[in-house]
Amino acid sequence: MGVKNLGAAVHRIEDARLITGHGRYVDDIKIPGTLSAAFLRSPEAHAKIKSIDLSFARQIPGVVAAYSLADLDPSLQKRMVQAYPNPAIKTDITPYPLAKDEVCFVGEPIAVVIAEDRYIAEDGVQAIQLDLDSLDCVIDAREALKPGAPQVQSSFESNLSASLNWKFGDVDQAFASADHVFKESYFQHRGAPHFMECRGVLAQFDSAVQRLTLWSSTQSPFLVRRYLAAFLEREESSIRVIAPDVGGGFGPKAVHYAEELVVAIATEKLKRPVKWIEDRRENFVGTNQQRDQWWNVEVACKANGKILGIRAECIHDNGAYVPYGLLLPNTSIVPFPGPYSIGAIDVKLHSALTNAVPTTPIRGAGRPNAIFVLERSIDTIARELNLDRAEVRRTNFVRKDQFPYETGAKLPSGVSIQYDSGDYHKTLEMALQASKAEEFEVRRKKAAQTGKWLGLGIASYNEDSGLPPYEGATVKILPTGRVLVEVGSCAQGQGLETIVAQIAADYFGVQTHDVLVRTGDTDFAALALSTVGSRVAATVGPSVHLAAQQVREKALKLAAKDFEASVNDLEIVEGRVGIKGVPGKSVGLGDLSRRLVANVNLPVPSGFSPGLEATAYHTTERPVYANGTNACEVEVDIESGEVRLLNYWVAHDCGTIINPRLVDGQIIGGVVHGIGNALFEHMKYDRKSGQPLCNNLGEYLLPLATEMPQIHCEHMESPSPVNPLGIKGAGEGGTIPGIACIISGIEDALRPLRIKINEYPLSPERLLELIDEKRQQRAS
Amino acid sequence: MSTKHSIALTINGQRYSGDVEARLTLADFLRHHCDLTGTHVGCEHGVCGACTVHVDGRAARSCTMYAVQADGSEIKTVEGLASDEGNSLHPVQEAFREFNGLQCGFCTPGMQMTIAAYLEENPNPSEQEIRELISGNICRCTGYQGIVKAGLRAAERLREEQS
Repeated sequence: MGVKNLGAAVHRIEDARLITGHGRYVDDIKIPGTLSAAFLRSPEAHAKIKSIDLSFARQIPGVVAAYSLADLDPSLQKRMVQAYPNPAIKTDITPYPLAKDEVCFVGEPIAVVIAEDRYIAEDGVQAIQLDLDSLDCVIDAREALKPGAPQVQSSFESNLSASLNWKFGDVDQAFASADHVFKESYFQHRGAPHFMECRGVLAQFDSAVQRLTLWSSTQSPFLVRRYLAAFLEREESSIRVIAPDVGGGFGPKAVHYAEELVVAIATEKLKRPVKWIEDRRENFVGTNQQRDQWWNVEVACKANGKILGIRAECIHDNGAYVPYGLLLPNTSIVPFPGPYSIGAIDVKLHSALTNAVPTTPIRGAGRPNAIFVLERSIDTIARELNLDRAEVRRTNFVRKDQFPYETGAKLPSGVSIQYDSGDYHKTLEMALQASKAEEFEVRRKKAAQTGKWLGLGIASYNEDSGLPPYEGATVKILPTGRVLVEVGSCAQGQGLETIVAQIAADYFGVQTHDVLVRTGDTDFAALALSTVGSRVAATVGPSVHLAAQQVREKALKLAAKDFEASVNDLEIVEGRVGIKGVPGKSVGLGDLSRRLVANVNLPVPSGFSPGLEATAYHTTERPVYANGTNACEVEVDIESGEVRLLNYWVAHDCGTIINPRLVDGQIIGGVVHGIGNALFEHMKYDRKSGQPLCNNLGEYLLPLATEMPQIHCEHMESPSPVNPLGIKGAGEGGTIPGIACIISGIEDALRPLRIKINEYPLSPERLLELIDEKRQQRAS
Repeated sequence: MSTKHSIALTINGQRYSGDVEARLTLADFLRHHCDLTGTHVGCEHGVCGACTVHVDGRAARSCTMYAVQADGSEIKTVEGLASDEGNSLHPVQEAFREFNGLQCGFCTPGMQMTIAAYLEENPNPSEQEIRELISGNICRCTGYQGIVKAGLRAAERLREEQS
């Protein structure tokens, strides 16, 4: 197969355009005559709409139209489509494209102004006369579930959106036979996504062919098309959705939003292209977040730290609507028992409506939350029983000889959960070795002499990546001989074009730059779902492999016929099929492809189907389990509450590595997202008024270069048996254990004070409170 | 709002002139009037640094500057970063590719313009200096590690070129 591209640290093919300013994000696409949209958003967390007067806005020169819901066709004055229906949803409430009668969070779209440019559209928004009647609101999910709490939505008396239970094994028996039971409560907050490119949509309607084209800064062009078609009651084939270059996604861009619908409706009404680009202030109130969870957890274990069972109950902040089914709540409970062999699990989750932006998955979804609970539980056992934290992990890990390991739980599809492959003990040892954990106590003592408090954090995880069912791929030989790969999946910075090219190139003896890759377009032949859940490399990768293999076999078969040779005697080198050991006799792939195109009266060679191309799907019913252990060294200043991250080590297993450069990039970026969650990011709301207390990047703290440690990656490859390339996901593996690892390190630094840290984000102020509380307790 | 002001400026070595409203930001002027869409707008309040360009040789945020303020100035955007080097890429751009200083690419032009301007002033920066320099630019994808390495490598390349 010539030079191996798969597995090589090749440079990204995306970079040439991105480093020179020639990327094409939605707002870079210029169609003459395009209008700009701006939205009027609710200034209150909960209110009845008394009136919306758009007449002043419409009078502004340059304003072309202004709509509230009442201005749309009656057939469009309905709620948006539920993306993921689930019978467990008790309050199946999606938003209207523009609010009807009631607004339920600050930022909810109420009206849209469409003008010759964005400046004028915003003038128009300012000129709208809005009259609201304030209603009581609730922001705290725990408060929302109490009797007598304000109703988040007037149409539902209860704020309980859904109750879920993840249960297997005999939990009562586990607790009855335990030597110890530990109870802890945890608060977890995961903030907002803050991709650097805010959301954006451009829509154009071609009335001659009655077809809508929509460019969206989305992770899910196929889903956007599906939900647009369902809402507009049109054929999916009459809509084309394209994800151009997308400036980060991290989950919330996988969701279909009202703005996509409104822009699509407006372009058809106005017969001109319409664009809406979210600004950062809107992004704080208009894009989904992933905020609060409160957990009560009981862990039953033996004297040696072996966990027998876990009982837990979580209250989850759902936000004001349920646009995305129960994906986020589900991913918070389904990861149990994580990388551990635990026979009995009973985790309940109550998802509460609140008067804030809806919550949907952000990098890792609920998995970092579940892993935080598990890892804090392991550290609790170690602390309370005076055991070594690594040893408690070793005692509980699923062992290498147990793979494929059945946890005892079943996926909603009825398929049993099966951990496919790995060596959890080994990645733990790799992380301990890399971090020189054995010598840590020496470092701690030395630092203590200069008044510094050092801590070592440890956290392990596994992750159900590469989620079913499939992402398709088409591989095609162009008449010039170049290889074209089209995948409906799209990327938001992961380097999808590069890995697709790497996988395909090897089948044709070419280099990655010889492969043309197109992504993220619903007009492609291959069907796709969504770039979420660390799933695309593990789903589209094997599909590219299958399609390329089919095209290669067809090319070889056709050439064999011409050469009157056996397929086994042929090889493909640099895009030409030749006979092994016979130099000079070869045929280009382009020549072969032209033999299979349609020519008048020229039959397709017998035994061949038209076209030197193939569309293939690797379908799967089970995810693949990435896993590993992280370690970090932190320094805590107990006078100021400042936490300095000195070093961070990752030992992980994402199966076959397609490109180590890109995997490192995913892991390091993921860890930094975890660092943000652990120490900095807090989407605060005023609990009384429901007003967000941060709406700019000065107030909401994202990780910056000055606070980041050196992050070192160690790879272990245990190829997954679930797909033919052995790939597992890498996109979220840094974030999932990251939060638990840092909090573990801080708690370890404060070990002399025996301070428990059961929450994040941990600001310096909050850490000082915890330290002061402990000092006062000790003094009294 | 209809009062317009005539401005004339040089962008990447080319003369541009036009009549603009006083409220038009330099970023929007570059992106939507001059079709130079390599300059990105990430926050519109001067925090994220994605819109960084060079104004008369110094790094500046084009989202918190009005186009009229740039009247008579010499502007350089990412599209013009490589032009006076005689190479297809500026050493900063080459280093970004070499060290994976980017993923989604949205913060990249601002990062590159920030680093390129700084290396003119300080050709031999330490890692900490590079970290402090880019602490005014936000990247959500890379964790900054590749960007810092790229900054140091670009400095090395520029020093080699000048020696």
